[in-house]
Amino acid sequence: MNILQLEIQLVAVVVAIACALPGTFLVLRKMAMMSDAISHSILFGIVVAFFYTHDLSSPLLVLAATATGLLTALFVELLYKSRRVGEDAAIGLVFPFLFSIGVILISRYAGNIHLDTDAVLLGEIAFTPFERLTIGGLDWGPKALYVMGGILLLNILFIGALYKELKLATFDPALAAALGFSPAWIHYLLMGLVSLTAVGAFDAVGSILVVALMIGPPAAAYLLTDRLSHMLLLSAGIGVLGSIGGYWLAHVLNASIAGSMATIIGIVFVLVYLLAPERGVLALYRRRQQQRLETAVTMLLVHIRSHQHRTEAEDECHIDHLYSHLKWDPQYTRRIIQHCQKEGWLYLKDDLLYLTEKGKAHIQQVAE
Amino acid sequence: MEGLDILIHLFRDYTLRNVLLGALILGGISGVLGALALLRRQSLLGDTISHAALPGIALAFLFSGSKSSLILLTGAALSGWLATLFMLQVVRSSRIKDDTALGLVLSVFFGFGLVLLTFIQKRPDAAQAGLDKFLFGQAATLMAEDVRIMAILSGLVFAVVLLLWKEFKVFLFDTGFAESLGFPTRRLDVLLLSMLVITIVIGLQTVGVVLMSAMVVAPAAAARQWTHRLERMVLLSGAFGMIAGVVGSLASSVVPRLPTGPTIVVVATILVLFSLLFAPARGILWNWFMQKRNQKEIHVQIALLTLLELAEHHHDFRHQHSLQVIQAALPRNTHLKRTLQELRERGWVDEPRKGYLSLTPAGVEAARKFRQSREGKA
Repeated sequence: MNILQLEIQLVAVVVAIACALPGTFLVLRKMAMMSDAISHSILFGIVVAFFYTHDLSSPLLVLAATATGLLTALFVELLYKSRRVGEDAAIGLVFPFLFSIGVILISRYAGNIHLDTDAVLLGEIAFTPFERLTIGGLDWGPKALYVMGGILLLNILFIGALYKELKLATFDPALAAALGFSPAWIHYLLMGLVSLTAVGAFDAVGSILVVALMIGPPAAAYLLTDRLSHMLLLSAGIGVLGSIGGYWLAHVLNASIAGSMATIIGIVFVLVYLLAPERGVLALYRRRQQQRLETAVTMLLVHIRSHQHRTEAEDECHIDHLYSHLKWDPQYTRRIIQHCQKEGWLYLKDDLLYLTEKGKAHIQQVAE
Repeated sequence: MEGLDILIHLFRDYTLRNVLLGALILGGISGVLGALALLRRQSLLGDTISHAALPGIALAFLFSGSKSSLILLTGAALSGWLATLFMLQVVRSSRIKDDTALGLVLSVFFGFGLVLLTFIQKRPDAAQAGLDKFLFGQAATLMAEDVRIMAILSGLVFAVVLLLWKEFKVFLFDTGFAESLGFPTRRLDVLLLSMLVITIVIGLQTVGVVLMSAMVVAPAAAARQWTHRLERMVLLSGAFGMIAGVVGSLASSVVPRLPTGPTIVVVATILVLFSLLFAPARGILWNWFMQKRNQKEIHVQIALLTLLELAEHHHDFRHQHSLQVIQAALPRNTHLKRTLQELRERGWVDEPRKGYLSLTPAGVEAARKFRQSREGKA
């Protein structure tokens, strides 16, 4: 691994963590698509600021883009609050509009300047090490590392300082409002943070994959834990996994790094979705099977208990026509009986089924 | 050149005719399907489908090596469809919410599509221009053949909508009721999604991945403001889509360096803004105006009734009340001057002496009518 590769991976890791932190709150607050909206509409801010400064590395670009992100959030809220369109439609109206104006401005007035929509949409993390930070003639490393590091630090500070407030405003906005701190403030602070992070990251991964980094890791983490603090850490961890894994996948395939990162995050999500210990599809399936078995066993044992040693037992408890009384499939009935015999709850005598002492104790316990 | 000449000239131009027809078809069908999606609260699904089409386009090219629209669009439709089904499955079977699933599927599929694109760019026969156009759309590359495919596909989709109109209507407004009637709601849902996928795929070549989502949201959101009836909304939405398509592509062909896709989206958004502000009954400005008018009417009624009571108090309908007395008798915030002016204009009040007002016989009659109707209501 050479120094260039190391630097690219470092940038990727910092971007991934910086995105995963605010992304966690977006997922929990059911506003995931705001990341999509903001990451697209910041193009407008970047273009306008670029026309003003004619310098792609001006900090004014970051400022204007962040402001556009906030403006997007504001427009969406105004539209939605007017109660004339739904929230999803509001999002779907605002960002394509701002994005379109951005594209139109670029093609009308910036034809021969280096600012094309491909770069904004797709980004190229492999180029980040070529822009260096030099102070006093010394090379301090890739500039993107410092920009994103600063944004990451800001995200950590923000979440650290307002952890309690964020938590309350996320899980119980009504209580938060009743206790006197405004959920609106929290909302716009968070939106500002998302915008800033998206602006910082689009250079590296492009505006569409910012969404993958913001939403993918928290979505997977959400299936793994019920604690906010764990979810934040897990998201960051999955983000790191996605960025390093993505880098090497891209290396092996000689393909787009950002695309590979999103692909790895997608794979991680699918694995978690299938295999998560409590909420995974597999775990849910097993639990359902277990519950069905338990219900069937209880039904069978109760049936035997109420009919054994009585005159009708000849018919009701007979191993060959038991299934018709329970209205089960014959094969299924045999499987449940076998299970109960193996557990030592039932025994067979002259083709009739009887409860063992253990079986009686078991059904007593379940019935209670 | 005269306006008509420009139009004739435009229609003789092969490229432009294709662009115009393409935008017209695309606007119409995305308006119709968008209206159904809006009512199903699935407006953002279009965004996900269009992004998720990318890997399908890339794979179709990798396997077939062909740039034929039909093959690429089939790939796009397949992966858009798979993405949608996966997203719905995730929402149904886990605690992941719609918005998260939409964002996740959108970005991951797109990312995977980018990985595939880099493969394509390395191939010697990589005429990537053919694929690039799907990102932002390149209306100018539309061929007559493409337009024909668009027309056939959207005709099919529209026919299905017409054929299953009743079913969709019940399903959209009351899924539970539809289910109780024995409609196969799951299958209707998948059918609706599949048609949305086809619609979006139709538009990819003209407006591109990023902006196609706007075409299923904007015309529908605009149409929703004008009517409460589904039939009208769907037709209006289709019409708005067509207007946006035609106006946008015309503008972009007349003005140099005005890209087609974004221009169409901007026109559609302007239609939305106009509808939000001015649509009767739902428009914001319309409501504001009606409210002002009602307020004025209420002020007039209050002032008239107060004058009547004052007059009855004096047992003289023509009693002359000084302005100060009227002001004291009226509740605040009734815009005294404006209200009295209105009363005078209607001939219900006159000013026999400067600073003094009295009811006219017509005014007395009107006031009594108001009082009767109020008491009738109470």
